[in-house]
Amino acid sequence: MREITLSQAVNEALAEEMRRDETVFIIGEDVAEAGTPFKVLSGLVEEFGTDRVVDTPIAEPGFMGLAVGAAMTGTRPVVDLMFGDFIFLVMDQLCNQAAKTHYMSGGKLNVPLVLRTNLGATRRSAAQHSQSLHALVAHIPGLKVALPSSAYEAKGLMKTAIRDNNPVVIFEDKLMYNDKAPVPEEEFLIPFGEANIKREGHDVTLIGTSSMVQVCEKAADILAAEGISAEVIDPRTIVPLDEETLLKSARKTSRVIVVDEGHQSYGITGEIASRINEKAFYHLDAPVLRMGAMDVPVPFSPALEDITVPTPEGVAENARKLMSGEMIHAA
Amino acid sequence: MSPAKTKTNTEDYLRMYRQMVRIRTFEDNANQLYLSAKMPGLTHMYSGEEAVAVGICEALRVTDKITSTHRGHGHCVAKGADFKEMFCELLGKEEGYCRGKGGSMHIADQSNGNLGANAIVGGSMGIATGSAFTARLLGRDDVTVCFFGDGATAQGLWYEVMNMAALWKLPVIYACENNGYSEYTKTDEIAAGSIVARAEAFGIESHQVDGQDVLAVNALTQKLVERARKGEGPFFIELMTYRYHGHHVGDINREYYRSKEEEQDWKVNRDPIIRFRSWLVEQGIASEEEIEAMNAEIKEDAAAAVEYALHAKYPGANEVDMHVFTDVEHALA
Repeated sequence: MREITLSQAVNEALAEEMRRDETVFIIGEDVAEAGTPFKVLSGLVEEFGTDRVVDTPIAEPGFMGLAVGAAMTGTRPVVDLMFGDFIFLVMDQLCNQAAKTHYMSGGKLNVPLVLRTNLGATRRSAAQHSQSLHALVAHIPGLKVALPSSAYEAKGLMKTAIRDNNPVVIFEDKLMYNDKAPVPEEEFLIPFGEANIKREGHDVTLIGTSSMVQVCEKAADILAAEGISAEVIDPRTIVPLDEETLLKSARKTSRVIVVDEGHQSYGITGEIASRINEKAFYHLDAPVLRMGAMDVPVPFSPALEDITVPTPEGVAENARKLMSGEMIHAA
Repeated sequence: MSPAKTKTNTEDYLRMYRQMVRIRTFEDNANQLYLSAKMPGLTHMYSGEEAVAVGICEALRVTDKITSTHRGHGHCVAKGADFKEMFCELLGKEEGYCRGKGGSMHIADQSNGNLGANAIVGGSMGIATGSAFTARLLGRDDVTVCFFGDGATAQGLWYEVMNMAALWKLPVIYACENNGYSEYTKTDEIAAGSIVARAEAFGIESHQVDGQDVLAVNALTQKLVERARKGEGPFFIELMTYRYHGHHVGDINREYYRSKEEEQDWKVNRDPIIRFRSWLVEQGIASEEEIEAMNAEIKEDAAAAVEYALHAKYPGANEVDMHVFTDVEHALA
């Protein structure tokens, strides 16, 4: 199978959906000729024109609000939010308006929009361009949240998101835009709410999201060399969450680590760990561990930034502790 | 009143009068429901501002869109909504426009192009602009009117979307209902400079109009709507008006921010319904008897709708997790 970058995968998904449905359009800062700072959208304006690849002023609440109204009246906007950190600027339009419109109208109005943005630290961009803020929106009922972990997921989830009649937020890992993965040339979609078992194992389950799927896979390699068999699962969407697949694995291995790049406190790791505790408690041999980003603003200095995010070595170390029983004594 | 038109518009004039009285009657009933503790929560009365909603909405087609505010019953009625479904919504009943899930501050009536009231001040400015964007993108000739109050002119969102609407010549009309008060504060104390000048700064053609004169509002809006349809928008209108009640129905003792004399002056000397009624009689468009009959009929309609809503069913508890997502019947199942 051919390999393409995550960036190309997103670009292909958008182009295919824009060809298929003329109500799909892209709106955001520097999306047209510039193709975004990450060049993800390069070439789209040439094919679809500036009516459908719309450069906006630097006014995130404004174009987010505009997209909500456009979605309510018959189009399918794909809003480009240059950095995930800017999501704080659009929270009213996203969480008070888009997320609640279908419910507040008793099911009469729909908001079929996609907000595509990014997450991920270690790009030396400091505290306002490095955050992973997906937990904020996952907390709000009415929003679906997708976290692609490779080019394959980025394409399949984007196409599903555009066809979904609900507001969907997609966070791409900005450090993975140039990472290649096998992506079929023929059309495919990835349904929401279906986790992907990346690697089967029987001693410990590593649940990773987005960039942390790679971290978990590398940790699994380290552990395999030591005779520990790790199962790696990528939920792919956190809303909806494929709880069944996660619980099944937890019951099988009886040890679970949840790894996510959002801050650890009040985050995705805590939510998933809780669900496993509530529904698989009697199958567990150890507490479910959370590994998120350190609860500090992301620092600029590489010497500091690199230690704020989970690493394969750190995940492997925690897995060893789970296997040895050390965590039970710690508890 | 504005210069009289010929009597060929009799039906239009009577419909405008009727719609203004329907709004006032709706609000009187809503206020009573609150005072008698039959309505859950609070509501914000539109009484006094009827000529704004009616003058504007009478210039629109059913397919044209509006976005509304927390003080939105008037917009909803003026755009064509029925009393029964509105009262059901105010009382949280299943047959309400939003199945009781929105309430007073979130009534939406998609069938008449009302994209919904909004409980965030200024929150619908983006939505209205986006609705106009859809019309342009899909080649429809719909116009969208964005209603908001003077208080909302303090929100940054307005300036962001006006900029885009002006850059892209979107068919949207920003209609600022300046009732003089931003919640419990005089607007003079929170708005620097001129509100009209703010829109003009974006190169948007802007107008100020007497919001108590339904014919003046309607005549101006008709012209602007036609021009917006042809791609000459956006436009801005500041409508000078007054709210008879407090910020909400519970805001009863309000002398610390405005005097009873001032309220009385607007109610007696500038009431949009009294003024238009006198004009209709003077012009021989309707007799006092015909007007009284119309008023009585509207009163009966409202009383019947209130009675119906009071006895209507609440939504079943199983509805609580419905309509969270379009494609999941029960989100928590």
